[in-house]
Amino acid sequence: MIHSLFLVSTAGHIFLEKHWKSVISRSVCDYLFEAQGKASAPENVPPVIATPHHYLISVYRDRIFFVAVIQTEVPPLFVIEFLHRVAETFQDYFGECSEASIKDNVVIVYELLEEMLDNGFPLATEANILKEMIKPPTILRSVVNTITGSSNVGGTLPTGQLSNIPWRRTGVKYTNNEAYFDVVEEIDAILDKSGTVVFAEIQGVIDACVKLSGMPDLTLSFVNPRLLDDVSFHPCVRFKRWEAERVLSFIPPDGNFRLMSYHVNAQNLVAIPVYVKQNVSFFETGSSGRLDITVGPKQTMGKTIEDVVITVHMPKVVLNANLTTNQGTSTYDPVTKVLVWDIGKLNQQKVPNLKGSLSLQSGAPRPDENPTLNIDLRIQQLAISGLKVNRLNMFGEKYKPFKGVKYVTKAGNAGPQREQRSTFFCWNLFE
Amino acid sequence: GRWSICGITGNFTNICVKISLSCRHDDLKEMLDSNKDSLKLEAMKRIVAMIARGKNASDLFPAVVKNVACKNIEVKKLVYVYLVRYAEEQQDLALLSISTFQRGLKDPNQLIRASALRVLSSIRVTIIVPIMMLAIKEAASDMSPYVRKTAAHAIPKLYSLDPDQKDQLIEVIEKLLADKTTLVAGSVVMAFEEVCPERIDLIHKNYRKLCNLLIDVEEWGQVVIINMLTRYARTQFLNPNANVSVSAEGKEDKVEAAALVVKRKPYVMDPDHRLLLRNTKPLLQSRNAAVVMAVAQLYFHLAPKAEVGVIAKALVRLMRSHSEVQYVVLQNVATMTIKRRGMFEPYLKSFYIRSTDPTQIKVLKLEVLTNLANETNISTILREFQTYIKSMDKDFVAATIQAIGRCATNIGEVRDTCLNGLVQLLSNRDELVVAESVVVIKKLLQMQPEKHSDIIKHMAKLTDNIQVPMARASILWLIGEYCEHVPKIAPDVLRKMAKSFTNEEDIVKLQILNLAAKLYLTNSKQTKLLTQYVLNLAKYDQNYDIRDRARFIRQLIVPTDKSGALSKYAKKLFLALKPAPVLESPFKDRDHFQLGSLSHLLNAKAGGYQELPDWPESAPDPSVRNVEVKYPTCSMNIEQSSTEEQKKSTKSKEPKDRSDSESEDEEESSTESSESESEEESESDTDAKKKKKVLLSISINHTLQGTSLRYYILKKWRIYVSFCVALLLKCSFPSPQAASPTCGPLKTYELLHRITGEGLAVTYCFSRRPFTGDPHMVSVQIQFTNNTEVEARSLRVLEPKLQSGMRIAEFPEIDVLPPGEISTVVMGIDFCDSTQAANFQLCTHTKKFFVTIQPPVGELMMPIFMTENEFKKEQGQLMGMNEITEKLTLGEGCRGDHVIIQRVISTANLSRVPCGSAMECRFAGKTVTSGSLVLVTVVTKEERAAQVTVNCEKMLIGTMLVKDILQALSQ
Repeated sequence: MIHSLFLVSTAGHIFLEKHWKSVISRSVCDYLFEAQGKASAPENVPPVIATPHHYLISVYRDRIFFVAVIQTEVPPLFVIEFLHRVAETFQDYFGECSEASIKDNVVIVYELLEEMLDNGFPLATEANILKEMIKPPTILRSVVNTITGSSNVGGTLPTGQLSNIPWRRTGVKYTNNEAYFDVVEEIDAILDKSGTVVFAEIQGVIDACVKLSGMPDLTLSFVNPRLLDDVSFHPCVRFKRWEAERVLSFIPPDGNFRLMSYHVNAQNLVAIPVYVKQNVSFFETGSSGRLDITVGPKQTMGKTIEDVVITVHMPKVVLNANLTTNQGTSTYDPVTKVLVWDIGKLNQQKVPNLKGSLSLQSGAPRPDENPTLNIDLRIQQLAISGLKVNRLNMFGEKYKPFKGVKYVTKAGNAGPQREQRSTFFCWNLFE
Repeated sequence: GRWSICGITGNFTNICVKISLSCRHDDLKEMLDSNKDSLKLEAMKRIVAMIARGKNASDLFPAVVKNVACKNIEVKKLVYVYLVRYAEEQQDLALLSISTFQRGLKDPNQLIRASALRVLSSIRVTIIVPIMMLAIKEAASDMSPYVRKTAAHAIPKLYSLDPDQKDQLIEVIEKLLADKTTLVAGSVVMAFEEVCPERIDLIHKNYRKLCNLLIDVEEWGQVVIINMLTRYARTQFLNPNANVSVSAEGKEDKVEAAALVVKRKPYVMDPDHRLLLRNTKPLLQSRNAAVVMAVAQLYFHLAPKAEVGVIAKALVRLMRSHSEVQYVVLQNVATMTIKRRGMFEPYLKSFYIRSTDPTQIKVLKLEVLTNLANETNISTILREFQTYIKSMDKDFVAATIQAIGRCATNIGEVRDTCLNGLVQLLSNRDELVVAESVVVIKKLLQMQPEKHSDIIKHMAKLTDNIQVPMARASILWLIGEYCEHVPKIAPDVLRKMAKSFTNEEDIVKLQILNLAAKLYLTNSKQTKLLTQYVLNLAKYDQNYDIRDRARFIRQLIVPTDKSGALSKYAKKLFLALKPAPVLESPFKDRDHFQLGSLSHLLNAKAGGYQELPDWPESAPDPSVRNVEVKYPTCSMNIEQSSTEEQKKSTKSKEPKDRSDSESEDEEESSTESSESESEEESESDTDAKKKKKVLLSISINHTLQGTSLRYYILKKWRIYVSFCVALLLKCSFPSPQAASPTCGPLKTYELLHRITGEGLAVTYCFSRRPFTGDPHMVSVQIQFTNNTEVEARSLRVLEPKLQSGMRIAEFPEIDVLPPGEISTVVMGIDFCDSTQAANFQLCTHTKKFFVTIQPPVGELMMPIFMTENEFKKEQGQLMGMNEITEKLTLGEGCRGDHVIIQRVISTANLSRVPCGSAMECRFAGKTVTSGSLVLVTVVTKEERAAQVTVNCEKMLIGTMLVKDILQALSQ
């Protein structure tokens, strides 16, 4: 399946190569560079490139191209999903997935890749299994290892590899047994110029950090599971229980993992928590323009909107912006043509406003489109979908764990006219 | 001068770099040679870092390969990494490491066995193909499922190295396909797909098992299995939409006619087809996009139309994943929307484009939106398109205009709206937008030109401003084609074009010629001279296409005396009614590729792509998938199957009960049991006969009551088997002394014929008793017969001539052997585990005779006791080169276990190892000198086929022993 892997920086530097079959010359990456040259941005490089003898399937992540070289038919998603899994594993091991961290840990990276694929077919991709075979680097361990010469590599087969719950290792022990669940929600909305909602949806994930001894069997139930329209699960979740009872029943992996992703039906009206009035105009003469943006809270159910950031992608002809604001700071990058207005907290009393003039390239035709606005924000203690976790029960172990649920929402995708993203945050401990 | 200097400096740096490199390598070599593991590890880490960067480290090969057996596991692993990388380049040196892996294959630690196999099979050196083959065969029956999984992975490796091994590899695949563990399933199907995807027959018996295991297989295996099963289902089941598609679409007249002629039976879905659909559905909820896509394509290709809808929601979910995932999913959705538009209509808005989407995603979403457009939603879509046209991304805008054009051609109601919208775009500030609009308008106008002469006029004016060649060409073509609708403007446009002719692009020039020709034919009065002028310009153009066109047109339209018959038809030729272009989706008919595949994405067959077969006209025999419930053949199996059954019954309590719903489980078990019942009837006869025979032979020997037969038939398996085991233990586990009588009289060999011995006859036999005094010697019993009339005195051994290492313990001298008397003595010979002869002289008081004792290989060993488990364990460590297997046909008289046992034991001094299976006999022993284990397994199969396996560290002994046993059994 996967013949070779090349890691390429955005600058076109191949800083790691690994071959699972015969060696393929790194010149095969030239086809990628060619495609990169044609594309306006790295994101625009096609994920699948056919070359005379090979196929390149790549993902672009954390400013690195993960390029898999393929020789025969294979489902492209298979490779793409695997490459993302590789990137996630690096992230998990080294805290970040970057050229520097990969270069610093090149031996561990190699050992990982060796375990993750055999002859180009995935072998062990579960974090729990990998960590038993290859220990993640810590400063203490590397010091100890240099002194004692002991190794980072396990000598026995990880227990999970053979069990029918491969995601969990056996013999887990903690002094403090704790299980935390983050309910992360995201509004993804497209609004038109007048502020009408064109499209809005809420997506969410439940990320878990479970540090429990032994083999706990957990059941998580919701107050209002009917809200969930579409779901996808970590393999540990018993689908049958969900179908029948709408509860999440699972033996968790050890550590951090994504328990489920969900989608809240868009027909449940999505309340957009802010309003934005924008007026960007370009004058016919004098190569200049005006900008006036006002943001205010709306439908916040008494909660404060925080960390509001508005990003505007300006047309190419906008050379500079001379803007003043009554709240926060604004910066315009004339190279990327991006205007960022960092507002902070929204108050009921004062309505933030940004206005000023834009200077355009002289002689260039007046841009006829209104630029797109992207809005980032965060509201504490407000769950936009209203999803609530009811209980977490544990079976199979006798100790009493410490349990907690946190509601967080992170940034979503951007929209064409205007786009609003909200982040919600609240803490809610079980009784 | 300058260049050469540069060259020299360049060389200098090169040399410097080389020196420093080799210095560093020396340093690494030193570290690798040291005794300290920490230094070795450091060196290996640096070398691996070099490999990772793509630097050449091949000159370190000898130094690295030495450490292949290093105790430190991390060093060892890194050496493996190095070895796999460079073995192909340094084949000879790589061979040095092979023995380490062979040893590793026998390690009690399954991780080490597996990694030894992984590395061994990754070394791409053709010489070791036989070793790899043996290792894979071994590992395929390893007790650890992890090792078996590794074996499955090794199969494609060996296949790519030597495709001639295909037949043997298919045997291994067949064996592994029968494996019941989820760990192996995905890997072996992967091997199947790479080695023998055409052998669909191998799947039949495993089909239901694969369906039922699917949910518990790891994600990657699921993808491979689902894709394979899609193909399988297409060959085995009937098209669930056969009737529907005919009546609903009615496009394919042929099919309709055929359907009318052949009255089909009402369609009933094969339960196995249903099983597949039911068991894959929960996987739509997988977190892995590849799994979701695999299920989606399975439903698209296999499910009844009414059920395909379930995949839409899952695919829309993938749209929120990484952009690469979106890219692939959108391509597939685009293909699906053409065939099954209704499915995605509820999710229309999920395909709305965001400004931050990469261009390639935008274009694909546009494609999907266009495919989804119909009378009811077109106004919404057009409104959305209007905003896209304002985008800063010009490629995207162009694609949007194309999309509007396609909507307009597909949906008659909005054609005018679209056309008006596009005409408005003609006054857009951006030339690219205008140009694209012109091209699209041209296509639309072709459908009903008479209604839109004002638009044509409008466009004619554009020729003054618009510079994009494609747009200019389109306008000129339009005016030429419909010059009768704009009779006043057309000649004027030609006039302008004649002026600018020389500065135009080639495609524009060609259209000017066309325009001129058409005008000449319709309005020659006004345009004759202009046309002549343009033709003359074209005659001397640089481009030969244009020169050719000019010559052609002149001949055709300008009447001369030479002009042929064709010119009469010039008008018909040029102004024939042209069919309007069909604006089609590039994704049309792409579904003949299996969705989700690379080939589908590229719209071209990729190497190794397996065509998705067409549904069969009539379903092949479904009974091929029935699995015979095999009678357990040994006690071990019974344990396993019973626990499995328990598992099944307690499945709902177990953590992994995600699979199928309870009712399904019941259904399954009920069908299974009914199957087993029906088969029992047919099978029980023959099977029972076999068993009876075994049982009878035992019962005769041990006066077993016939009643136990009934027991057996009453399926009291456990009792029966344990009984048999006990009996077998009894009969084959006497003390070694007692073992010899069972093999009949000892074979005697002649040492000295009485004629050569001048009356003294000497024979010998291998008594098979341990030689007292030296356990490493084989005891040889020698019998002297004095056939003379006189006494023979002082019979003794003299001057033994032995191969190095061999020893003889002489028998005590026989002082007197009276005439006619017989005397027996025992001597010990250490043959050093070889069949080399022991030469010595036999002396009497008067004569010397040269004699030779050559042992048959079977006598070089002595029996040892082992339990079944010990045997299996030991056997597991004597794999690979140490195992020799031969097939044979049993001889006429060689029926039944006891005969086999007797013949084997008479051939070799081994003891019987208990074994629950009636089809298998096992024997164990060890060589006398070195104590190496000798394990023999005889497996009998149907008819008279059998297979002998010898596991022994001493390969020579193994080989010879197999030969001897073969001979003994085939007599």
